[in-house]
Order: sequence, then C-alpha cells, then structure tokens
Amino acid sequence: MLSLTHPRKTPLHSVPASYKLLFLCVAATAMFAISTAPVAISVLLVVMAAYLMLGWDVAKRGASASRGLWPFVAVIAIWHAHSGDYEQGIVITARLLAAVSLSNLVTMTTRLQDMIDCLSTVARPLRHVGISPKSIAIAIALVVRFIPEFLDRAERLSLAYRARSGRRASWRIILPLVFSALDDAEAVANALRARGGIER
Amino acid sequence: MERSVVLIALFAALIAALGLIPKIMLTSGVPITAQSMGIMLAGTILGAKRGMAAVALFIGLTLAGLPLLAGGRGGLGLLSSPTVGFIIGFPIAAFVTGYIAERLKRTNIAFASIIAAFLGGVVVLYIPGVIGMAVVLGKSINEATLLMMPFVPGDVLKACLTALITQAVYRARPTSVLARG
Repeated sequence: MLSLTHPRKTPLHSVPASYKLLFLCVAATAMFAISTAPVAISVLLVVMAAYLMLGWDVAKRGASASRGLWPFVAVIAIWHAHSGDYEQGIVITARLLAAVSLSNLVTMTTRLQDMIDCLSTVARPLRHVGISPKSIAIAIALVVRFIPEFLDRAERLSLAYRARSGRRASWRIILPLVFSALDDAEAVANALRARGGIER
Repeated sequence: MERSVVLIALFAALIAALGLIPKIMLTSGVPITAQSMGIMLAGTILGAKRGMAAVALFIGLTLAGLPLLAGGRGGLGLLSSPTVGFIIGFPIAAFVTGYIAERLKRTNIAFASIIAAFLGGVVVLYIPGVIGMAVVLGKSINEATLLMMPFVPGDVLKACLTALITQAVYRARPTSVLARG
C-alpha cells in the first residue's frame, strides 16, 4: 500500500509532525478569514513558492494531489461569472487552493507512521470509554493488512462475474465481498484469542 | 473484545476497498462508487457504535495519509476542501444508520435497513455535507443544497442496495448482523 508521503526527503520531512499539524491548524483557520483578492492571491503564491522551493517533483505531486478540486473551481468560476461578483469568486478559489495545497504539503512531508502516532496520541483519552490504545494499534495494522487482500478479492470476483455474464461487474459482487470480510473477521478474532487476545 | 476490534478493522478495510475498486455498474449501466454504501453497510450490519468506530478508523487513516477515499484521495487537504462536511459526517452517518437499524430490529430487515440507510446515510450525512460546502465555497445553505442535488438519486439508490445486501447477509449469517443482536 502506497502512502501519500513524498519518497524523496525534503527539509520539511525532519520537522516534527506535531509542529507541522499545529501550524497547519492555525494557518488553515486564518486563511478562511481572508476576504480580499490581493491577500488571497498572495497567500496562494506563498504556498506555491513553498512547493517550488522544495523541488519540482514535490510541486508536481502537489498539483496532482489537488486535482479533485477542479470541479469545484469550475463551479465557482461559472457561478461568479454569472453573478458578476468576480472578486468574491477569486477570493474563494484562491483561499481554497491555498488551504488544500498547504494541508497536502504537510501530508506529503510527514511519514505515515508519525501521522499514526499523532492520531494515537489524540485517541488516547478514548481509553476512558473502554477503547484501549493497544486495540487501536491492532485495528490499524489489520486495516492496512486487509485492504490489498480485499482489493485482490474484489478483482477476482469481478473477473468471475464478467466471465459468466459478459458484462462489467455489477453491485452484486459486493455481497460475496461482505461475506468474505465477515468470515475473515471471525477467523482472525479466533486466531487473536488463541494467541492470548488483546491485552487491555 | 477481539471479535469487535477485528470486525471494526475489517469493515474499515472493506469501506476502503469499496472506494478503490473500479466503478461498478448498476444494471442500467450507471456507474457508481460503492464507498458511501460501505458507510451505510457499516451501520446496518455492525450497529451504531461499532459502525461508527469502523468509519472513524477509516477516516482517521485517510486523513493520516493513506489514499483510501474514492478516486485514491487522502491526506489532510480533505479537511480544507469543499467535501469536508462529508468527511466529518461519515462517522455520524454510520452511527445514526446503526442506531435506527437497532431501533427497528423487530421489523422486517429490508425495511429497517432501507429506512436506516436513507435517514443516516443520506439525510443526516447531507447536513454537515451541505454546511461544509456552504462555508468553504462561500455560498448560502440553499445554494449549497442546490449544488448537492444531482447526487441525491444515486445515494437513494445506494440506500436501497444497502438494504438488499443487509437482508442477504442476515439470511445467511444472522449472528453477523450485530445491529439485530
């Protein structure tokens, strides 16, 4: 399973994850308070400059990471071209691109394990409601282990469906996939219990 | 204890897999992504608490940087994007779906599941979804609702499929449908 972390080490990789997350919280919140076009565009340019300073490869990955935003940018462009309120349209688009790109930059320069460690720290108070950090750690490991397994299974199910029907796989392959997941869960739970279970 | 943890984890993995498989076809030839169906199924099968835990685990790992959201998206950028309300709403949707399924457990399973999946996975999910879109795109609630309308028919259809799948699971593995336990 690939993570979204950029494989080449940049100077930002060595900044502790907690600092980056804290900075991101403050910066992203501040960005949503921007209300004039020059400020919004300058902030976006600063974020783009940060990408370019880290290297062309980082900038390229960053651009492709925000491709999901283009439909929204298109909607805003059409909307504001229609209403005639161009400045507001520019503000919304620029601060959206800036905030998402900055967040993606943090994701790209932080190892998945460091992120998961932060997640575990945040989840620690959950032990008061009976969710132990140990069980969260096991659950995370199981998720990462089983995603490729299920993807592979879904692939085989849809191939089998196509071989029999001659059509593209329909929603019907989801049912056997759910069954296989439930059966695996029983087997894995038994295996865990046989090995002494999850300590509290 | 072990069974709960494993069921939650494997359902989180299932939701991820449903978003990453190529779009599947409905009989009419309309392609859909199955991920939001996974959210509804987590509620109707695992029930309120475990369903929410499975979805929260999935969202947590996605935000941490695994590209698990439909289309291979992930990372912290999701929290500043227009779909932020749906990201936050997913665990709530699973909880409400599960809660309603549990309340209706004495009624017919297909009926209980379709009501639960529709109220939890569509109505309740769209509330934070629309609010998030309104805030990020600087639109009014009514305008944001209008923008989301094209997605409603597909989601209603997914609620129906969720009911069919839950019913089939209940028939074959009654003990696995914890919402009825």
